[in-house]
Order: sequence, then C-alpha cells, then structure tokens
Amino acid sequence: MKLYALVVLAGALLLGIAGCSERSQVVNYKQGTYQGKPDTPPYAGPPYNGDRAAWERAMAVRAQGQNEYKRTK
Amino acid sequence: MARMKFLCDAERCIECNGCVTACKQEHDVPWGVNRRRVVTINDGVPGERSISVACMHCSDAPCMAVCPVDCFYRTEEGVVLHDKDLCIGCGYCFYACPFGAPQFPQQGAFGVRGKMDKCTFCAGGPEKDGSPEEFAKYGRNRLSEGKLPACAEMCSTKALLGGDGDVISEIYRNRVTLRAARGTTSGGGVPWGWDSAYGRPQVTAAGTAPGTAPAPAPAAPGGKS
Repeated sequence: MKLYALVVLAGALLLGIAGCSERSQVVNYKQGTYQGKPDTPPYAGPPYNGDRAAWERAMAVRAQGQNEYKRTK
Repeated sequence: MARMKFLCDAERCIECNGCVTACKQEHDVPWGVNRRRVVTINDGVPGERSISVACMHCSDAPCMAVCPVDCFYRTEEGVVLHDKDLCIGCGYCFYACPFGAPQFPQQGAFGVRGKMDKCTFCAGGPEKDGSPEEFAKYGRNRLSEGKLPACAEMCSTKALLGGDGDVISEIYRNRVTLRAARGTTSGGGVPWGWDSAYGRPQVTAAGTAPGTAPAPAPAAPGGKS
C-alpha cells in the first residue's frame, strides 16, 4: 500500500514538473535563409503531376501567344 | 528554363491600365493595394512614354536582403515570393525596393500596416497550389495551370510581355527589328507612337531578313502621331 502511494506520488510529481516545462515557440532563426513554409514547384500538381518538361513546353507555347507576328498571317 | 521575367515595351504601352485591372480582378486584390501600375513620363506631351511596373523579380532582390524575418524566397523559375504567415509588415522591403512593388493594406482609422502584398508573377505562394488558402493570401496560381501572368496575357497592345526571359526577349527582339524597318513618320521627325510601335506582319510572313528593310508604309489613319 505504501509502495503504491509512493508510485502515485512520483507520477504526480512528474506530471507537475512536465506542466512547468516550456516549449520553444519562436522560429529557429538562421540568418539569411528563408524561414517560411516550403513551396512546391508549379508543375508539381495536376495537370502536370511533376512533369517539368511538359510544363516548360506548355509555357513556351503559351508565351508565343504574345507574339502577334506569329498569330497574324 | 531561364528565369521568368516581365518586359514592357514603352513604345507600345498606351496607358490603358488593362494590366492593372486584370491583376486586380484575377487576384481579388483589395482596395488600396496595387500590385501593378502604369507610370507615364511627360504625360500629355508628344513623345510621352508609359511603362507598366510591378515586382521585377530581381535576381539579387533588395527586399530579400533587408527582410528582418527572412520571409522571402526565390523559386527555381526566378520568381520572388514571400510567406505572409511570417511577414511582420515592417515595411523595410518597401523602402528597399527601387520599383515600389511591396504594397501594404491600410485598415482602420490609424492606417495600421498589414502583411506585405506584391506581384507574385501569378505563381501563388507557399500554400497548396490552387487551394482557397493560397488564393486568399496570394491570389491565383496561374503558373501551375500552365498559364502566364494575367497582366501580360491581357495586354491589348502586347506592350507587356511575361514569361521565360529567353522567349520574351526573342519576341521583343524580333518586334524591334521589324518595326525599325518602318522607321519613318507621316509628318517627319523622330518616329513615335504608332509609327514606331508596329511593324508589318507581311514582312514576317515573307521571311524578310533583318537589315533588308522594306519601303516604309504610310501611317495608319487615326494614328497617334
């Protein structure tokens, strides 16, 4: 019975100590490096699903839409 | 791929503000924030020039250099973006930017400065591509849809070009070569306005090499000069 009380007391003490602990809430700052969330490349999701070459081809074709010398005949 | 760039042809920009409107509409940009604007030099004077200005997505961006919380990053396509969750709205980037690109929403009676907002090259930000969170913070992510920035694609005179730097500089080089062949004005003097802004499409179709300039065409009726 005495042992049981000691175990309960030790557990309560541990819980009490844990309640006093403090977790760091600030950014782990590294001077000169991006601190924010990571971003995915534009071709990562659908419709390209990671196919960078297909995305680049699509962008190159799209860019020619700005060239009126190719649009007009 | 080279770097994503904007290129504004001052000979063609007619100060219509279509790019500004397209940007505001595309990204639901709030009042008081202008990610893009049109600047005119010598407004109303013959020889005036207009240019559409936004974030130039600098290779060595001063906003990145001065940000005290390092919330800026550059994508592998050369687009300078930032994390609004980290931005503290201090305004250092505004002072550092030579183009006045960083914008701050002013809310409340005392003009409290909010999180910085700027042109994203229609590339969104560090949220899931195409998500409502990304749209709310950064606007639409057109690059992930295989589209170019709305301002450039909506430009009626194609003064504003946007996309892969190599591609758009080639488009511009071709254009300049062709319009140089036109090179005269209806009234004499230095070519300006429509006279200097447009070449003739048939020159391209015929495959005329640069340097073999065709005879100058008369200026279009109703031209600016």
